Amino acid sequence: MGQLVLEMRGIRKRFGATQALAGVDLQVHSHAVLALMGENGAGKSTLMKVLSGVYQPDEGEILIDGQRAQIDGPAAARAAGINLIYQELSVAPNLSVAENIFLGAEPTLSFGRIDRRAMRARTAEVLHRLGARFSPDTPAARLSIADQQQVEIARALIHRSRVLIMDEPTAALSDRETERLFEVITQLRSEGIAIVYISHRMAEVERLADRVAVLRDGAYVGQMSRAEATPDKVIQMMVGRPLGDFYQHGRERRQGPVRLEVEQLASSHIRPASFKLHGGEVLGLAGLVGAGRTELARLIFGADARQQGEIRVDGKPVKIAQPLDAIRLGIGYLPEDRKGQGLFLQLSAMANISMNVLPQHARAGVVNQRALLELSEQAITRLQVKVPGARGIVGGLSGGNQQKILLARWLAIKPRILILDEPTRGVDVGAKAEIYKIIHELAEAGVAVLVISSELPEIVGLCDRVLVMRERAISGELSGAAITQENIMGLATHLAAA
Amino acid sequence: MQSNPVTFGATPMHSQTERAPLSAAAIFSRAGMLPVLILFYFGFYFLTLYFSADGTSNFMTLDNSMNILRQTSINLVLASGMTFVILTAGIDLSVGSVLAVAAVLGMITSLPANFPNAALPVFLLAGLACGLLNGMLVAWFKINPFVVTLGTMTALRGAAYLFADGTSVLNMDIPSFEWLGNGDFLGLPWLVWVAAGVVGLSWFILRKTTLGLHIYAVGGNPQAARLTGIKVGTVLLFVYAISGLFAGVGGAMSASRLYGANGNWGSGYELDAIAAVVLGGTSLMGGVGSIFGTVIGALIIGVMNNGLTILGVSSFWQYVAKGAVIVLAVLLDKWRQQQQAQN
Repeated sequence: MGQLVLEMRGIRKRFGATQALAGVDLQVHSHAVLALMGENGAGKSTLMKVLSGVYQPDEGEILIDGQRAQIDGPAAARAAGINLIYQELSVAPNLSVAENIFLGAEPTLSFGRIDRRAMRARTAEVLHRLGARFSPDTPAARLSIADQQQVEIARALIHRSRVLIMDEPTAALSDRETERLFEVITQLRSEGIAIVYISHRMAEVERLADRVAVLRDGAYVGQMSRAEATPDKVIQMMVGRPLGDFYQHGRERRQGPVRLEVEQLASSHIRPASFKLHGGEVLGLAGLVGAGRTELARLIFGADARQQGEIRVDGKPVKIAQPLDAIRLGIGYLPEDRKGQGLFLQLSAMANISMNVLPQHARAGVVNQRALLELSEQAITRLQVKVPGARGIVGGLSGGNQQKILLARWLAIKPRILILDEPTRGVDVGAKAEIYKIIHELAEAGVAVLVISSELPEIVGLCDRVLVMRERAISGELSGAAITQENIMGLATHLAAA
Repeated sequence: MQSNPVTFGATPMHSQTERAPLSAAAIFSRAGMLPVLILFYFGFYFLTLYFSADGTSNFMTLDNSMNILRQTSINLVLASGMTFVILTAGIDLSVGSVLAVAAVLGMITSLPANFPNAALPVFLLAGLACGLLNGMLVAWFKINPFVVTLGTMTALRGAAYLFADGTSVLNMDIPSFEWLGNGDFLGLPWLVWVAAGVVGLSWFILRKTTLGLHIYAVGGNPQAARLTGIKVGTVLLFVYAISGLFAGVGGAMSASRLYGANGNWGSGYELDAIAAVVLGGTSLMGGVGSIFGTVIGALIIGVMNNGLTILGVSSFWQYVAKGAVIVLAVLLDKWRQQQQAQN
């Protein structure tokens, strides 16, 4: 660990009635990775936005190299060598990699002409340093999410970043891409850059971090070295209470008869797939990103066109041509992209929760608002969603609370079959545990649950049976003691032995 | 106008917790562009007073206020339809042309040789048919709404001239709908009643019905709407159909008022309608806005038109002023929303 580059002292920030930050101290050192942990809504993102100049703190000070610094905007932060890489990447798809990296800071020749040669040379140099596999001329639209992230990192390096803040950088990456990112982070650390790494994933923190800082409810809870930061201790600091058995092992479940049967179902994206799902069962669908899991789920739900195959519910063949058909059969589908495909961010929690059950609560097309309010408030209480009220818009909620709202929408249809696509992505540990509990309760109540997840511990901890996909086809099935991370990875990659 | 509680309350988060003490800022943030309207109204009063020869002004008289409402009514009807369309992140450039087609067809029907009593339904059906055409092209053929309605705007303008045979269709004897443009009811012109009825109906659909919520949902996130089982195509068909229907109502209003119609009727009206919607805080990105805002927006334009005319400002300068005010008002609204987000 190098020297102290940056220090935050007593940072306070208020939004309306919410005290987002209640006096936070933080020290960031060069040659080190500082993991910043905390539940969604704990204030991590707000703190980082203060650091990167997006928000001004109400109180407190920021010191850079021991000098008081005034960071009154993103430009000032960049000038001070602080760069934030957002969860949602901001790459302009129609521009090349080099153009993206220099966007807004293009080197110029006389008469304002862009110095493309210098731009490309400097980009090539930085890409080489990062070990990137694309060239400065590649159009950004052709890059994977992981590559786009490298473009953002490259941009930070071009601006001579000293402090690099990464907000859940692995949320949308496959395991292989995550591995590459870790190599890059390790490399940057050895070059002396201070890295602040925000993550919910304990395994990543254990692997990367030199120190761990924990926030809870906008307050600073503690900082410790990696050796001290055992998962139990960190989780307890984050939620303020022990969580008990995370995945609720050993819960008794009685499996009912076959609820859903998929036979030789195929589309242009999926090779013929067949499987059965029982009532009261939690079936996992594992595989690498791009293996076709989401596509299979969308096919069952009627969101994409199928080419062949049959779906049976309770033994009877059914016709599902569009999502509405599936919903009428009691099938729910929680999409993986919460903001893009799930929520109506400008609408209220109530509208979001009740969107699927409006006809049941309307007479001649006129909605019974009181019934919907009641239904929404019940769901909010049951799922312990932290919202100021059912009429508040969902756009400003944390990831965990947004996910619960979306889950509540599907619970409202009283589903008989529920497909959950990455139900805990970008969700903090506390909310994660609550979502697991809900999944178990649903299964106990006889609902057939299909869970798609890229987090192997989640699949292993949660599921009674696991299907693994590889290259757009189901490559194997595991049940009981055979459900291990190693077996799943074996089936998910070419190293398959099973 | 994010602040205007949409159907299921698009209330900013903090207004729940801070409802009790309504600070000046909170009132401003809830009222949206209403203060601007009030400012304009009194501003024009003082300007007309200042520039008048005899030190009096009739701007604020009941008569003139009624004038403003009457002059605003047709734009308000068109803007109500436009609000539906813009809430789904679409646009309807064809409303002026639809108005012309409806007005001409209705007037032709009203001629003694034809079916004088069927004129009113013809105005409405002609508008509805044009709206359905737009809706089908957008919803079923998935053509960009700007392109679709740019096309129908041009084509229907031509159709209106053709139907009118290049001249004006005049008829002073229109007992079946003369009341609409010229009659009063309970001391208010029927034009104003009809506009109020259209606004009321729009408010009811948007705030109280399943369909209304689906409109906000489709505008806010079409992908999510589809995955939620909303029939996105039907919703889109509806919003263009109702915009066409309201343009037909507008056609009846203007034809009745002026006892005639020609191919040039209503040209440029689409821009005033869009301006009213945007002034009212409805987002062109869809999913955010309210009919209440549109009323305020239409009234701001109405007050401005009337005030500038009374002041004797030339119509060329009126265009300049109107354009500037639209951009400035939206700028102000944007700033207001930023302030809101900061708190």
